[in-house]
Amino acid sequence: MTAQAAQEREHAVVIGLEVHVQLETDTKIFCGCSTDLEDAESNTHTCPVCLGLPGALPVLNEAAVEAAVRVGKAIDASIPEQTRFHRKNYYYPDLPKNFQISQYDAPICQDGELEFTVEGERRSVGIERAHLEEDPGSLTHQGGNIDTADYTLVNYNRAGVPLMEVVTEPDFRDATEVRAFLAKLEEVLEYLGIFDATRDGSLRIDANLSLVDVEEVDEDGTIDDDVLAEANRTEVKNISSHKGAEKALAYEAQRQKNAVKRGREVEQETRHWDESRGITVSMRSKEEEKDYRYFREADLPPLEVSHWKEELSIPELPDARRERFGEEYGLNEEAASKLTTTKQVADFYEDLAATFDPDLVATWVADELLGELNYRDMAITDVEGRLDEIERLVELVATEEITAKNARETVLRGMLDDGDDPDAIVDREGLGKTQRDELQGAVEEAIEENPDAVSDYHDGEGGAINFLVGQVMQKTGGSADPGDVNELLRAELEE
Amino acid sequence: MSYNAYITKEPIDGADDGPLAGRTVAVKDNISTDGVRTTAGSAMLEDYVPPYDATVVERLKAAGATIPGKTNMDEFGMGTTTETSNFGPTENPAAEGHVPGGSSGGSAAAVAAGEADLALGSDTGGSVRCPAAFCGVVGIKPTYGLVSRYGLIAYANSLEQIGPIAPTVEDAAELLEVIAGQDPNDATTRDATDEISGRTPDDDIRAYTFADAADGDVDGLEIGIPTELLAGADEDVVETFWDGIDELESKGASYHEVDLPSVEHAVEAYYVIAMSEASSNLARFDGVRYGRSGGYDGNWNETFARAREEGFGEEVKRRILLGTYALSAGYHDKYYKKAQDARAWVKQDFDSALEDADVLASPTMPVPPMERGESLDDPLKMYLADANTTPVNLANLPAISVPAGETDDGLPVGLQLVGPAFGERTIIRAGSALA
Ligand SMILES: [Zn+2]
Repeated sequence: MTAQAAQEREHAVVIGLEVHVQLETDTKIFCGCSTDLEDAESNTHTCPVCLGLPGALPVLNEAAVEAAVRVGKAIDASIPEQTRFHRKNYYYPDLPKNFQISQYDAPICQDGELEFTVEGERRSVGIERAHLEEDPGSLTHQGGNIDTADYTLVNYNRAGVPLMEVVTEPDFRDATEVRAFLAKLEEVLEYLGIFDATRDGSLRIDANLSLVDVEEVDEDGTIDDDVLAEANRTEVKNISSHKGAEKALAYEAQRQKNAVKRGREVEQETRHWDESRGITVSMRSKEEEKDYRYFREADLPPLEVSHWKEELSIPELPDARRERFGEEYGLNEEAASKLTTTKQVADFYEDLAATFDPDLVATWVADELLGELNYRDMAITDVEGRLDEIERLVELVATEEITAKNARETVLRGMLDDGDDPDAIVDREGLGKTQRDELQGAVEEAIEENPDAVSDYHDGEGGAINFLVGQVMQKTGGSADPGDVNELLRAELEE
Repeated sequence: MSYNAYITKEPIDGADDGPLAGRTVAVKDNISTDGVRTTAGSAMLEDYVPPYDATVVERLKAAGATIPGKTNMDEFGMGTTTETSNFGPTENPAAEGHVPGGSSGGSAAAVAAGEADLALGSDTGGSVRCPAAFCGVVGIKPTYGLVSRYGLIAYANSLEQIGPIAPTVEDAAELLEVIAGQDPNDATTRDATDEISGRTPDDDIRAYTFADAADGDVDGLEIGIPTELLAGADEDVVETFWDGIDELESKGASYHEVDLPSVEHAVEAYYVIAMSEASSNLARFDGVRYGRSGGYDGNWNETFARAREEGFGEEVKRRILLGTYALSAGYHDKYYKKAQDARAWVKQDFDSALEDADVLASPTMPVPPMERGESLDDPLKMYLADANTTPVNLANLPAISVPAGETDDGLPVGLQLVGPAFGERTIIRAGSALA
């Protein structure tokens, strides 16, 4: 094809992902060091094993393998009879041993798939494999990058945190799909209880992106392997969220299309996603064929896992739960969706729906609670310790002790903004049913006892209402809110 | 005179009592000792002081042993003469002017010279048995998985075991009793009670007791003698070997010849596997935390290269380069994979030979101790000297080297007895009839 012809062709975007996910385990994958690294001083969560000291040996943390098998179950992957570890040999200053213990010919998961919804459509992406490996340490370059810095500090706290590398088939056709897939992947991992999205570096994404002639895309959306192999692709690194992935890949797809339009060839290279500038930048590294010299890690005997898939249970996953919420609680699609995005929200909803009206609870959890949290940039995890208070609030509404309006505008907001207890707010603000009944009684009494003032009011005499307010205030010992009293009086007088 | 058996002499005291109380056990300098520098014979680790004890060191201390110091060795265990040490060669106390064997030459020399009652070495392809043979003492290479490697600076981790060196078989067995047994820090250690095998399995391995097997009783012992392991040996050595077999026969043992066709490829397979593993095991020594760091021009990659160029000796560099090559794309199948196939074949050969024999006997080394400096210039000659010891590591089996006598020139000759997996008691019993 001439360059001219190539320029004029329509192109389809082809994207495949390598997603590194930190698995939540108490201890690292090959030693007993804690993985709770939040606020930890550098190099304090280390031992001879994760520092790679001479003579230290890895011992497999089976909890990491269990987590991986659960993922395998969730993505319907096949689990091998035996899983094995290999050494991936390469030199880099964040690697304590200058090799990474990883998996090669017997990854823990193979041939899975993940379904997700994008713009109302169901899509499925193939998971070629998912394997376990150890996280390297982290580097801080002082005054530049690794080549230009004055010096570089190494922190080995992260070294040995269990990582799962999920490799997809090149099944994505645009950046929106990638984002939806990643959100779904996070959702599933979160449901399995093996992932903490709030942890720094918990999700790291490398993406391969290339363009192929639309003519080469078959009707069912597949593309021939040879065509894919021939297309020059770029590897985009340094993506750390699903939002970032969408932006980075939309940018990269456009960049490649522009290059082709101008008659230039897309260079096969590695590019770095610069989040702050919103562009991908060539790493300008000579793309040598990487040779990791994989070979068996003899220090770790093979592990029999053939029965694990059967033996390990996984919780109901988001899709199934969403469907059940519709059937069991009569919720609409949108509410069921909102209530099942995280397991914690779904569990909380079901807890409440067992006691109170499921519809009312759905409104309160899906709209009011999540809405107010979202507005404050918070998540359910931020009010984890106060779920009983929120339950009390829902109880107050369900038993009509307070009005929905007050519950939302005064109590919930007060709880989130000031950290107050719902009963305390109700008391302080006089929102309780008993208090309202008393006030109503005082208002009726004042009207009955002061027929002159009532007729003055109806004659349009401005002072009359103030007199009546004063009377009510007296009856309630001054505890009522004058504004509320005013409002109640007018309502009563207008009847 | 000084034999230069030690790299570091810094006594480490053990518990007040225990089975080794009052005895000194010298420890090879690739076995980590908390607070006492551990060099593996290399300039790269000249200043490295481990913050932890190897499991075997913990066990020695708990058994009441005193560790008088850390013994000399070929750099990272890569040698058969202890001449590749960065800390100078070790003299052979049993044959002065000759090498003590390697790579645990310091440990064997310390025992032979009486500078320690007992010693620990490590055996990747003969590194305990060779120096034991050359220095006229006893050395045991245990079954892979009997003794913890936690804290042993790896050379070739799928092949090596820590083993005892002692004046007598009984002493060696006592030391083995202290260091053997499963270790939660080494996933390759195995429960011997599940693994016992062999023609006449000795149940007492279940208790991990070894010393009581050194009773010299070889009545009814069936010895297999692999003809291949005699073919390449010096005449002098073979003659002394047969003296040893005669003695066993006079005590009630009998022998027959066996074929081990696979051993022809053992040395090649051994070196490909050992060097490949070494290229990876030694990658961590990059100047950041070990060896000379900083002061070099260039980026991190160039800095790593300079630190490694400066910190490693010739033989280590040779093996890392060959190992890297053998694992490289395009060569991996031709070398590394083929070597693994050969390893499986060797294992099979030994297992079937051990169906009709309790032990397999051969000279430990095909040659008597070389004169110092003789083999350094010819690495291939040095590698071929491992012909009889390396197959045993490939097969993961236990073996003992006991003194069989001396050549006409008065040089020590060792006799090697190989047993079935976890058949330590069998080789100890057989060996104790000679030493
Ligand atoms: Zn650790």
